[in-house]
Amino acid sequence: METVNFLITGVGGQGTVLASELIAAVGLAAGYDVKKSDLLGLSVRGGGVIGHCRWGEKIHSPIVPEGRVDFLIAFEILEGLRWLNQLKPDGTVLINQQEIHPVTVTSGIAKYPTREIVDAALEKAAKNIYRVPAVDMAVDLGNSRVLNVVLLGVLSGLLDIDMNVWESVLKERVPSKYVNLNIKALHTGRSWVKEVKERV
Amino acid sequence: MKVLMSGNEAIARGAYEYGVKVATGYPGTPSSEILENVAKYKEIYSEWSINEKVAVDAAIGASYAGKRAISTMKQVGMNVASDAFFYAVYTGIRGGLVIIVADDPGMFSSQNEQDNRNYARFAKMPLLEPSDSQEAKDYLGYGLDLSEEWDTPVLFRTVMRVSHSATPVELGERTIDDSTPTSKFLRDPHKLVSTAMWARQRRPIIEERIVKLVEISENSPLNRLEWGDRKLGIIAAGPVYHYAREVFPNASFLKLGLSYPLPKRLIQELANGVDELLIIEELDPFIEDQVKAMGIKCRGKDIFPPYGELLTADIEHHVVEAGFLPKESITPKRNVVPAGIPGRSPVLCPGCPHRSSFFILNKMKTVVAGDIGCYNLGALEPFNATETMGSMGSSVGVAHGFDIAGIPDKFMGVIGDGTFFHAGIAPLLNIVHNGGNSTILILDNHTTAMTGHQDHPGISAKLGGEGVRVDIEGLVKACGVKHIQKVDAFDIKAVEKSFKEALAFEGPSVVIADGPCFFTGPGSAGIYEVDPARCNGCTLCFRLGCPAITRSDELDEKTQRNKAWIDPVLCVGCDMCAQVCPREAIYKVEEQN
Repeated sequence: METVNFLITGVGGQGTVLASELIAAVGLAAGYDVKKSDLLGLSVRGGGVIGHCRWGEKIHSPIVPEGRVDFLIAFEILEGLRWLNQLKPDGTVLINQQEIHPVTVTSGIAKYPTREIVDAALEKAAKNIYRVPAVDMAVDLGNSRVLNVVLLGVLSGLLDIDMNVWESVLKERVPSKYVNLNIKALHTGRSWVKEVKERV
Repeated sequence: MKVLMSGNEAIARGAYEYGVKVATGYPGTPSSEILENVAKYKEIYSEWSINEKVAVDAAIGASYAGKRAISTMKQVGMNVASDAFFYAVYTGIRGGLVIIVADDPGMFSSQNEQDNRNYARFAKMPLLEPSDSQEAKDYLGYGLDLSEEWDTPVLFRTVMRVSHSATPVELGERTIDDSTPTSKFLRDPHKLVSTAMWARQRRPIIEERIVKLVEISENSPLNRLEWGDRKLGIIAAGPVYHYAREVFPNASFLKLGLSYPLPKRLIQELANGVDELLIIEELDPFIEDQVKAMGIKCRGKDIFPPYGELLTADIEHHVVEAGFLPKESITPKRNVVPAGIPGRSPVLCPGCPHRSSFFILNKMKTVVAGDIGCYNLGALEPFNATETMGSMGSSVGVAHGFDIAGIPDKFMGVIGDGTFFHAGIAPLLNIVHNGGNSTILILDNHTTAMTGHQDHPGISAKLGGEGVRVDIEGLVKACGVKHIQKVDAFDIKAVEKSFKEALAFEGPSVVIADGPCFFTGPGSAGIYEVDPARCNGCTLCFRLGCPAITRSDELDEKTQRNKAWIDPVLCVGCDMCAQVCPREAIYKVEEQN
């Protein structure tokens, strides 16, 4: 069993914590040793959030060592850029195409990185880049909050884990009235990445 | 079956399985989830106490009454609690007593980086350090047994990376009979009354106990020699063991779980069996100093800094520099993050009642002595209002210091409701009694917000049930303050007026800015919108520092400034931006037409 390292980054309120919980649970259900660690910002909403998750034969540190991330799952563009040094040179980035401006940008002290800067950094940092319009897909499904599960669906299409495992973990962790919506979101993300891969 | 649990959840599970009856604590990151999870087990009485000392006193009382008890706190909470657990080391205990502290190497959410292992040695009590969630659960049971067997409180130290990491845990059942009634109190003043003449008699017992505990430490299953390659031996405790194992998978290790008092023979055995001995520990050279005092040659803080975390990559970096590993064997650092990208500092949430106070304090240029809580964000952009912040309750004492030093500025101590109950009442009494002339602003958001919305005496809910509410205004009045003004925190003009009046008053004055935290309050009041035809980009609303208000791409023709735009997903309708807009360009959505 190869060790697989995930880093989940975003802004408080985007649903990153549930996403890292689900990734950990999927790994455990698939028979891996699993450790995960969340580092939350000081504020409930609007601060940066990072989650580490590792699958493997035997995992020691719950924190992915610097430069050894296989999958960077960024819920927000700037929070994706910020953690690129953590990625392996042949690693994969899933980046939700959403900008959330920090207060310093709003108040004019700092500038949000331009599209050119973002693209250049991603090309330099990663082997595989998936620019996921997860918010649009979630809105199409009727609830912007499932963007986290859409991203997990994309991830599921890049990993060799049975879809039943993903579905059963979702069913265990999501309130029953949202199960169907979340399963749809999972499949939406998965079909999206399949299509993108076929085009490439 | 194994389940994934955070270290904090696993400690709570340990409390359940190992028969804890009383659990007290004071919230503080990264410790808060321990008690929140204990409260889910109805067999255990749990409470958020008013501060850490009261929490530990209560746990000691429960232990004297024969019950197993724990008390939880964050790392700086140990300082507040210390007065209590020092005497308990002298009196000893009855029911097992474990003091649980969550340290914060790396200072993710604390004002200092103190290494609380030192308290074990200082107070002369045994110390346990789990490295993952399974150990967190198991060690709590071990600690309770050790406490009862050796008639001593036990210090249980976790760190953020154990508390907030989830690892697999094997679950067990509760091991005591909860139907056993509490026995009548067993009198024993020579033991439990720490008056000098009796405490002096117990003094040698403490020294004898620590010496005997060395023997326990030698044979404890928590301390384990793992022989590997004999070139290098490593001593590590807590999660640092795991980081070090990743860097040196084949070295010989002494993994410590009972890390005070140290197992001297095991250390000697490792030292004798390897060419070189390395001690890897975060923060202070707690183990290293003691090993060196044994006359054993080792390396440690000459290689690793005495601050910050020592994660896998940090250890690699330092051991490569010291020549323990070739440079080629480690993952090279990458430099692919574009320079100068903006940070994302924490901000007051949309709908936060504190926003009005800092908007006005910034406008009035008042010198603010701040305190511990979300409102410490008043020190940051765009408010830049807070000048000092140190520890719980310090705002009130520091403001009094400004007063008695005679600064000519207008100044205020600013403290939250929870922090006021924790450590603000005594310094307010001090101001009144000594004839001071300070103004104290109590930001009453009806919760302990920053640590995750725990209760405090100012609200009627208590952990796991209904409590009794204490009225802050009445309490302040009873302290002898003559000028008290309660103001609606969401009414910016009223807030400004109350500040001016309190500052003008001769004598101690208190303003209570009253408004619930958005997360425990009534919820969203609607969504506001900017009318771009009226907005001229004056930027006044940006000075509220609300994450829901951003610049739109549209420029005002005249001023050439970006107009404002309100994100409908984030806005919760607090109305403050509408109040500060001089052009009436901001409306509640359904009111616009």
